Amino acid sequence: MITKYLDITREHCPMTFVKTKIELSRLQKGDRLEVLLTEGEPLENVPVSSEEQGYKVISIEKIGGNIHKIVIEK
Amino acid sequence: MIMSELIKNKKLSIISFSGDFDKLVAAFTLATGSAAVGYDVNIFFTFWGLNAIKKKKGRAFTGKGFLARFFGFLMGSINNVPLSKLNFLGASPKLMTHMMRKRNVATLNELVEAAILLNINLYACEMSMHILGLTKDDFIPEVKEVIGVANFLNYSEGGDRMFI
Repeated sequence: MITKYLDITREHCPMTFVKTKIELSRLQKGDRLEVLLTEGEPLENVPVSSEEQGYKVISIEKIGGNIHKIVIEK
Repeated sequence: MIMSELIKNKKLSIISFSGDFDKLVAAFTLATGSAAVGYDVNIFFTFWGLNAIKKKKGRAFTGKGFLARFFGFLMGSINNVPLSKLNFLGASPKLMTHMMRKRNVATLNELVEAAILLNINLYACEMSMHILGLTKDDFIPEVKEVIGVANFLNYSEGGDRMFI
């Protein structure tokens, strides 16, 4: 199992979802993706749309300011 | 029906007609965003929209026949597409791309790359290719198929359709 990291705090729609989806598609089953994202649309939608597509959201943690870290498992 | 099954069946099909820089940005933004949240996405390029998927990215004498090649040169390709308003002889799309980069918003070329990585289905319109003297070889290899109205209706059935 490997963990990859992705920072989308400076990205805007639609690249927040797009970059997450592209990284997730490159993972093997059981691998994890750690995503840094901001409050608002990315935080509201990236975890939900990942779960809807069959990925598992392991954790969501506020790490300061309006930035959150979410861990998604494929 | 659970949510994941609902999402699995969602489909968006865009008819990309305009070929204007801003409308192409809108089409590719909707397409990539939808694909990233689990939609099946088709884009059917017709008329001016075909300029977005040409293999040669600048102005080139693309197509067969003198008139078609001349017209192909005038239309250009993804790096020449005009802004629908305030184009200023092509200066504005370049300025807009600069602003998009500066503000960390995906540029048109980045959106096209993302569409390819997200396996969005790209289709070219047979009839407009025929008028413009274009063949499938004039387009980027990711263009899946050359189709007409009947196949577009088949592929887009059961989903949302949009004309941009």
